[in-house]
Amino acid sequence: MIRSTRASATLVAAAISLASLASTAEAAGGGAKELMHPHFGFEGVTGHYDKEALQRGYQVYRTICSSCHSMKQLSFRNLGQKGAPFYLDECPDGVPETTNCSNPNDNPIVKAIAAEYQVQDGPDDYGDMFDRPGVPSDPFPRPYPNEQIARLANNGALPPDMSLLVKARHHGAAYIYSLMQGYAEPPASVEIPAGQYYNEYYPGDMSQYLKPEYKDAEGHPLEGVEVPPGGVFAMSQPLYDGMVDYADEEMPETIEQYAKDVVEFLTWASEPKLEERKKLGVMTVIYLVVLCGLLYASYREIWSKVDH
Amino acid sequence: MSATSESDIGQGSGDEQPTRRDFIHLMSGSVAAVGAAAVVIPLVHQMNPAANVLALATKEVDLSAIEVGQAIKVMWQGKPVFIRRRTEKEIEEAAAVSLGQLRDAKARNDNLSGSDDATDGNRVKASDGEARPEWLVVVGVCTHLGCIPLGTAQGEVRGDYDGWFCPCHGSHYDTSGRIRKGPAPENLAVPPYQFLSDAKIKIG
Amino acid sequence: MSHQSTYDPQTGIEKWLDKRLPVVRLAYDSFVDFPTPKNLNYWYTFGGILAICLVVQILTGVILAMHYTPHKDFAFDSVEHIMRDVNYGWLMRYVHANGASMFFIAVYIHMFRGLYYGSYKEPREMLWILGVVIFLLMMATAFMGYVLPWGQMSFWGATVITNLFSAIPLVGESIRTWLWGGFSVDNATLNRFFSLHYLLPFAIAGVVVLHIWALHVPGNNNPTGVEVKDVKKDTVPFHPYYTVKDGFAIAVFMLMFAAFVFFMPNALGHPDNYIEANPLSTPAHIVPEWYFLAFYAILRAVPDKLGGVVLMFGSILVLFVLPWLDTSKVRSMRYRPIAKLWFAVFVVVCLALGWLGGQPAEGVYVLWARIATAYYFAFFLIILPLLGVMETPRAMPKSISESITKAHATTTIGGAAAQPAE
Repeated sequence: MIRSTRASATLVAAAISLASLASTAEAAGGGAKELMHPHFGFEGVTGHYDKEALQRGYQVYRTICSSCHSMKQLSFRNLGQKGAPFYLDECPDGVPETTNCSNPNDNPIVKAIAAEYQVQDGPDDYGDMFDRPGVPSDPFPRPYPNEQIARLANNGALPPDMSLLVKARHHGAAYIYSLMQGYAEPPASVEIPAGQYYNEYYPGDMSQYLKPEYKDAEGHPLEGVEVPPGGVFAMSQPLYDGMVDYADEEMPETIEQYAKDVVEFLTWASEPKLEERKKLGVMTVIYLVVLCGLLYASYREIWSKVDH
Repeated sequence: MSATSESDIGQGSGDEQPTRRDFIHLMSGSVAAVGAAAVVIPLVHQMNPAANVLALATKEVDLSAIEVGQAIKVMWQGKPVFIRRRTEKEIEEAAAVSLGQLRDAKARNDNLSGSDDATDGNRVKASDGEARPEWLVVVGVCTHLGCIPLGTAQGEVRGDYDGWFCPCHGSHYDTSGRIRKGPAPENLAVPPYQFLSDAKIKIG
Repeated sequence: MSHQSTYDPQTGIEKWLDKRLPVVRLAYDSFVDFPTPKNLNYWYTFGGILAICLVVQILTGVILAMHYTPHKDFAFDSVEHIMRDVNYGWLMRYVHANGASMFFIAVYIHMFRGLYYGSYKEPREMLWILGVVIFLLMMATAFMGYVLPWGQMSFWGATVITNLFSAIPLVGESIRTWLWGGFSVDNATLNRFFSLHYLLPFAIAGVVVLHIWALHVPGNNNPTGVEVKDVKKDTVPFHPYYTVKDGFAIAVFMLMFAAFVFFMPNALGHPDNYIEANPLSTPAHIVPEWYFLAFYAILRAVPDKLGGVVLMFGSILVLFVLPWLDTSKVRSMRYRPIAKLWFAVFVVVCLALGWLGGQPAEGVYVLWARIATAYYFAFFLIILPLLGVMETPRAMPKSISESITKAHATTTIGGAAAQPAE
């Protein structure tokens, strides 16, 4: 018994040290402020998305982010699949009975969202491309037709695709949440180049932006000069209080709320199967614990006759 | 150590010990088997159509641009669907055929039950059960070996019965899409479809 | 320990088959009746765990290949298609990605166990060498597999590792171009890596068969390192004794595996790999997967390009000659008090190398990496050869059964009096 617990303890310890190894490997880099980490409902073993937050988050993305950021991996139909912002169990009134609204393709909200866009299709019988209203199977439209135009329009910077953004950044949810609220007046000691914006949570190095009077001949900060946290990058502050009109009167229309909602939406976008995964995970772990118990009992029983 | 002596006693004094032992092994064996069986579900299900394929399972088609006497071809679930706006003459021709003349007397209409007759009226019924003789909607796949019959586009051969003609092995379909001559065993299938408005249908 | 077959076919069909193709006999002798030392501890269950890992990887891998597209324009999107659209695709992919890590956790434990108990020593040299071959094949497979999602780390990892070959004098550049099938890591590289990533696991499976064969000729080593003297007293049949013990260990291992797959599927990966490969922009820190970090640290510890490559490959190749480097007559370190200490330091050094591989290659980290690298090689090339001559081993039990009786006598106080009567 002692031997077996020791072995399993070693396994667990190995797993933990590996996980921490991975996280220390990540920790290298920037002197940014420590990220704000509010409680997100999708975290934890039984985490799940808040459908209303997802809808609000989509509204923020649609109104603000989508003018520069693409979401290549998403199609309109994704908005109506199980666990998505506009999934419907039952059809709302006024939809014919024969329609199955849980099918994203027939979901009236999704169809309406898709139809707001004109999508290029074709070629037709005359060899011409033509525009038609979007349908659920169409991908989200991109703000720019290619990378070059995107850079041209954004001071040389490329707005990253948002479909996997939360998974493509360390602590993605907390990072985006903090970044949205991290725009501040740059401290007096630094000079921010034109077309760049200061953010306390951006992983960068502010020492290079110190004004000359704070640096020595070699460009290092003078003694006693504090280098401000954060960094500068090409995105200006995207969110302001009151910018997006929420249908729910109770919801505060603040940067903080917008940031939280859009992070909920972006997390869903990068990990749409999270709820399914965690549900299956709980069942699997319960099953395996039972199986371990039974196999251990079997093992004790079989070996009870052998001196070992 | 104590386990050893216990089982020694058990062997001597009765059969209570072996049954408990067998029960534990039986339990762990069957729980392991259930787990192995559960693993098969995702392994098999992954080969079923993915969500992006399912998203194309239904298709809405605008009929307003089709003139009388014209037919169009649309893709639905990876197969062509022929939609023909039939002329009065074509409707009369189709309606005049008696069931006895047909190779396949079944309607083959997914909007109806399997036992309905292949009358022209049954062939043009949509999901609401209403016949709209002007519109014939059929899956454009020959029921013989899966070729695409000719006769939809202007100027294509339409076969001896003025409907469709399959060039692969010479099957002739009439103006109701029913097999009349050649090796094909069944009438062209009518897919499930629904009239969303007078000029718009949803296939699938 | 090769033994007489005890398989006795009962039914007619078994007899018929046994005369023509004795596969049932082979399986029976290898996994049912096979006499196995009765004192194997949990460290010995990792062979079975590894077999399961290989099966899991091949199964999920074949499935992923049904949905994946090995083309630079579609690879990244096809992985996302698997994650989003394919039924249970997310499960297959997370199991496969984390499965690689689990495979390496298990193989490292398996190797350290072999080192500690001297399982590489005569007459098991071939068993050990085949194991090292499997390890090399695993590394190649894992490396090429990591390229397939065509994320930033895939691309730049592939670039860095294939560039290692250019360090070879004279032919290096040509070899690199040959590996790439072009002038940089590109579509041709991705496509051939996919092909080889699909092929190599079956090569691994083949070598695993040889590995098990080479195990069953001399039989299992055991924690005492003393060979089986009396099959009756020292061994138990593999089934049910070790099937149930391995089965329990596998279930516990699966529990850890499940924790990663379902609750922290990306903890062992790198966020940059969720950004599509971009040949115009290199990530700030290129780090390999955790299981290569130790070797990466050795590579970077050397200021010379060729020297680093030679040492990195040398750190694995030295394992091939280990059976002849270790001069000790005693197999298990249980009875080698000095070697045990050096071994403990070796384990710490390996973990340290793994940690250092994830740190930037600058300042004090490089110094530590050099010290650790020096110890790594010294352990094999100096310490083990010398210790065999200089060390005085502790008294060894005469047989496996004796070691068990002794252990019980010392652990159970009350039992000490009862023992002589037995």
